[in-house]
Amino acid sequence: MSESAEPASSSSPRVGLFVTCLVDLFRPSVGFAAVKLLEEAGCRVEVPSQQTCCGQPAYNSGDRADAQDLARQTVAAFEGFDYVVAPSGSCAAMLREHYPALLGEDPRWAERARALAARTWELVSFLTDVRGVQAVAARFEGTVTYHDSCSGLRELGIRAQPRALLSTVAGLRLNELPDADVCCGFGGTFCVKYPEISNVMVSEKVTCIEASGAQTVLAGDLGCLLNMAGKLHRAGVAVRARHVAEVLAGMADGPAIGEPAPTSDNAVAAKG
Amino acid sequence: MHSTARAFKANARTAVEDPQLKRALRHVKEGFIHKRAKAVARLPEFEALRDAARAIKDHTLAHLDLYLEHYEARVTAHGGQVHWCVTAADARAAVLDICRRVGAKTVTKGKSMIAEEIALNEHLEANGITPVETDLGEYIIQLRHEPPSHIIAPAVHLTKDVIEADFRAKHTHLPTGRSLGEARELVDEARTVLRERFLKADVGITGANFLVAETGSSVIVTNEGNGDLTQILPRVHIVVASLEKIVPTLEDLSIILRVLARSATGQEFSTYTTVSTGPKRPEDPDGPEEYHVILLDNGRSAMLGSVFRDALRCIRCGACMNHCPVYHAVGGHAYGWVYPGPIGAVLTPALIGLENAADLPNASTFCGRCEAVCPMEIPLPRLMRHWREQEFARHLTPLAARTGLGLWAFFAKRPTLYRWAMRAAMKALGRLGRRRGRFSTLPLAGGWTRFRDMPAPEGETFQAAWAARHGRARAQGGQR
Ligand code: SF4
Repeated sequence: MSESAEPASSSSPRVGLFVTCLVDLFRPSVGFAAVKLLEEAGCRVEVPSQQTCCGQPAYNSGDRADAQDLARQTVAAFEGFDYVVAPSGSCAAMLREHYPALLGEDPRWAERARALAARTWELVSFLTDVRGVQAVAARFEGTVTYHDSCSGLRELGIRAQPRALLSTVAGLRLNELPDADVCCGFGGTFCVKYPEISNVMVSEKVTCIEASGAQTVLAGDLGCLLNMAGKLHRAGVAVRARHVAEVLAGMADGPAIGEPAPTSDNAVAAKG
Repeated sequence: MHSTARAFKANARTAVEDPQLKRALRHVKEGFIHKRAKAVARLPEFEALRDAARAIKDHTLAHLDLYLEHYEARVTAHGGQVHWCVTAADARAAVLDICRRVGAKTVTKGKSMIAEEIALNEHLEANGITPVETDLGEYIIQLRHEPPSHIIAPAVHLTKDVIEADFRAKHTHLPTGRSLGEARELVDEARTVLRERFLKADVGITGANFLVAETGSSVIVTNEGNGDLTQILPRVHIVVASLEKIVPTLEDLSIILRVLARSATGQEFSTYTTVSTGPKRPEDPDGPEEYHVILLDNGRSAMLGSVFRDALRCIRCGACMNHCPVYHAVGGHAYGWVYPGPIGAVLTPALIGLENAADLPNASTFCGRCEAVCPMEIPLPRLMRHWREQEFARHLTPLAARTGLGLWAFFAKRPTLYRWAMRAAMKALGRLGRRRGRFSTLPLAGGWTRFRDMPAPEGETFQAAWAARHGRARAQGGQR
């Protein structure tokens, strides 16, 4: 596999990676997969250290003041980049679709928020639609299915892009997920505020995942993936969950979401 | 109607445990969605029609006073009468006055959500007048003393076997050995029972899908034809409608009708679209002698001047609830008042007060499917978010949620502290979860772990790992 299809040079776009709080905290390997994909697409990647969370938990809980503070913080952290890319449809949609509204009445920030929005992309659609990537140099043995996370699908129109790139992964077979466009029941704080309803939704999703016949379910948002992986494990369904970037970057050899790391402890535990 | 919207959480918990409800709700999920998708695919100009329909309503709402005045003038010119009612109580009283004046004992009713909103049946019964629902779904739930669970399919929460049992229990004058297992047989039986009632009724009450300003007409859209009999046979026809039902012209009406049926049931047009204009004229062979319109505000004019104005475009097609995964999980009754689903989550707080329905706009993942299918392009998630903002601003948000959010925001707004604290927390969690890769219980995460495992973090944060690698790469570069 080629290390870098199009090596970065001084004419390469400078991309600020908005890693998203969930990837930062739970699954940094997705962040590294994103960096690899961006570099292979000829970008220079930087990770501003002043980023935390896009503010959705506050925004969706009606806490507009905190959401605005976090929006300003993110806008400031990502100024000066040619593009801002996030491995999440929901966080990218927050920056692109909601920051301009959130800061629209603040004369000092409205224009800066609009400028950020115009430069912000979700990872996979950035690769295909901006960088013109048509194929990836990755291999993944197995049958996968793909869940369309809601914000990416309906706010950013991401549907064809991940499927197009997945079709170029050697060894991979994609089975369409029945009801792929139906919410998995995550919804940020929704899943803990209304656990019974969320459980019905994620149980339906698990039924569809099983029906797809895939061994691995992929998606572009870690929130949905934590939810689906958590339910798959609880229900004892032997389907793994991974972020689509891991597969596209050829970095899907580590443990899937919610699986134990292969450490010497585990080897001992297994023997014992 | 009495509201249980405050008990949404408890209602939802009961609903998700109800196997009969689960079976019934499958029909919503499988039937409506598929039919709508097919109907929309067959009409290439559907998106353009949506834009046109939306524009018509936006224009109407911007000049609502004008169109309402014109509408009233036309109704009066045709010999009808408009009764302006500010509150539900005003509307109930106006209907009762008319019924009393004409000495009504029985009234037949077509399907009307406004009648539900003002709890008309209860009021008539309390005053010695018998209301008879003539829409099949409404008739069934009237037998069961239940409110509707869906705005176009009021009995959608019931399965055939339940309805059969109800008919056998209530229609005791019919032979016990009769066959009733098929939907067709249930419909026929309801028809037979209702036919006698139509002829006995003194007053017919219908809702209105639309009121046309140009002609002073009320328009109903049905598939059973019951509405026509309800409004033509009795001596008096009362229309109960809310003010946002106005459209300027018949031409406008025809555009909105094209998106309505497709969005609702996937039909190109409903079976019956009936336009009524005033009472019977001397040259008419039939029709009512009196024609009244109860024009209800009940909170709408306040919405008109607020951020919730967009919701007044709603034509009550039901597509938003048909596509809502939360509605699919809990059904309509859990929402606790007249309007369920996404539009209910926006309307109910506006009409009965946010403090009485605060859960409704919160019980959404903002998946956006409702907005994507709404023929009137109502930004339902955005409107629900507005309610959440008002809830937060008015300190109605539960204390635990507020405290948790405040704590999280404190860290999230201090990147350096956040990086340090999260790195320590993830290290600890990662170590604890390494052996299994996930947690089946976790302090403070009961809402999550009750139903699913919590995947363990990998251990190092991305920020820390990146800083480490980045630092090293720079150092190596420097040595060269
Ligand atoms: S909000 Fe839209 S989709 Fe829902 S009932 Fe009203 S018009 Fe139909």
